[in-house]
Amino acid sequence: MKQTIFTITENTPLTATVYRMVLTGDTDGIATGQFVNILLDGLYLRRPISVCDCQGDTLTLLYKVVGKGTAQMAAMIAGQTLDLLTGLGNGYDLSKAGDKPLLIGGGVGVPPLYMLARQLREQGKAVSVILGFNTADEVFYEQEFKALGCDVTVTTADGSHGVKGFVTAALPVDYSYFYTCGPEPMLKAVYKATATSGQFSFEERMGCGFGACMGCSCKVITGYKRICKDGPVLEKEEILWDA
Amino acid sequence: MGRLSVTLCGIEMDNPVIPASGTFGFGYEFAELYDINILGTFSFKGTTKDPRFGNPTPRIAECTAGMINAVGLQNPGVDKVIAEELPKLKTCFHKPVMANVSGFSVPDYAYTCEKLDKEEQVGWLEVNVSCPNVHGGGMSFGTSPEAAAEVVRAVKAVTTKPVIVKLSPNVTDIVAIAKACEAAGADGISLINTLLGMRIDLRTKKPVIANKMGGFSGPAIFPVAVRMVYQVAHAVNIPVVGMGGVSTAEDVIEMMLAGATAVEVGAANLVDPYACEKMIRDLPAVMDRYGIANLKDIIGGVQ
Repeated sequence: MKQTIFTITENTPLTATVYRMVLTGDTDGIATGQFVNILLDGLYLRRPISVCDCQGDTLTLLYKVVGKGTAQMAAMIAGQTLDLLTGLGNGYDLSKAGDKPLLIGGGVGVPPLYMLARQLREQGKAVSVILGFNTADEVFYEQEFKALGCDVTVTTADGSHGVKGFVTAALPVDYSYFYTCGPEPMLKAVYKATATSGQFSFEERMGCGFGACMGCSCKVITGYKRICKDGPVLEKEEILWDA
Repeated sequence: MGRLSVTLCGIEMDNPVIPASGTFGFGYEFAELYDINILGTFSFKGTTKDPRFGNPTPRIAECTAGMINAVGLQNPGVDKVIAEELPKLKTCFHKPVMANVSGFSVPDYAYTCEKLDKEEQVGWLEVNVSCPNVHGGGMSFGTSPEAAAEVVRAVKAVTTKPVIVKLSPNVTDIVAIAKACEAAGADGISLINTLLGMRIDLRTKKPVIANKMGGFSGPAIFPVAVRMVYQVAHAVNIPVVGMGGVSTAEDVIEMMLAGATAVEVGAANLVDPYACEKMIRDLPAVMDRYGIANLKDIIGGVQ
């Protein structure tokens, strides 16, 4: 974990509610699947946002405007600075990917899969990606994943773009391992529908974001884990779903 | 002895700054960032007789200038704290630590305190009679002078180290409870624990926190804390540890003027993990600005 000041270089809308913020700063130690915790003016707790990509001193965050914190972020412009805690969470373990990893993202669960896809492609893996959204106008990053050389399938719940249905409607037959991030109902569906082992990235309301307050604990097969510190990525075999 | 040093229940501290229980774990997360030996001490994660997972999530809610938590005393239980956490703590913290204890019956408190009292690293026992998070739990002890005194007597009977009783602000007369604890043999009082609070999500029309209510902390409660520290410190003859919304070196001095011998820092650690380190670094300059030579001279110094 590190506390650093980043400077915004770009902050643009991708859809009506999802924005891309690009920042420069000390990115040392940031790993794929981790998140940053952002201090915002007049708001008490930091806001945790997943890392979409990190290369050199450039950090990319995709976020959806859902409340006061993200609304404040959306109003920021290039040149402004943000106080970030970086290097938070365990991140995805790439070593288990096998030759044909499958990445499954839903809505704002899509962003953390981008850096993972890029790194798996750099390792020469055949990466399949399923991106799930509700409607065509909510779709983002389809082209960006394609540009990495991934085999991309988009699903929309209303069928207005790509395959009609949820991400599970587009599961391929042949994949070596999977990584997923998205809303909990989607994660549960993926858990049931997948044939291999895999890693799930979870979301929870957090206090600190670095393991001190026990605000985001969850039960797992072996006891409990803090989503912020021991997660947000959990292995399929350790997950205990709430009743 | 430096100009920041204070003595709490007979134990000399380099400075009065103490990260509060539940906001600092067992110190490791913060030891990654700075040498936590610069702290006066810290109060470790509230420990109970048996392991506890705590409340369902969400456990956290944002508020104006603060937050609500309903963690529910998640901890591995006293045996595991002694077997696993304290040996690990020894590698990064070399000062006497404050052991924070909660319980659900008088024998529970005595059992846990007796075990922790035997640990060499433990300097003080901070007995939480005030956690508002657990149904039918600590709350009842902290809201009645007789019940609080009963806990203190039971703990004092089986321990040798200073016993500091951590009080709840969610009471009609906190002075009466503090006096009852003092009469029962408490060596110090710490206050305030969190204020019982609640937030409702407008979209779902449900409480933000799964447990509905939780403990409100952060800068918003600082004036309430200063007032209660002032009232209690002027009514008892044992040291008072002040806490509640402390976020800056100025807040530390204000708490001490109100009557605090030492000062705990809670929610601030969660927002800025360097909060306590900054306060300790800032204190000398702030003392200079207000003509304060030694911190110990200003305890209860409000005119």
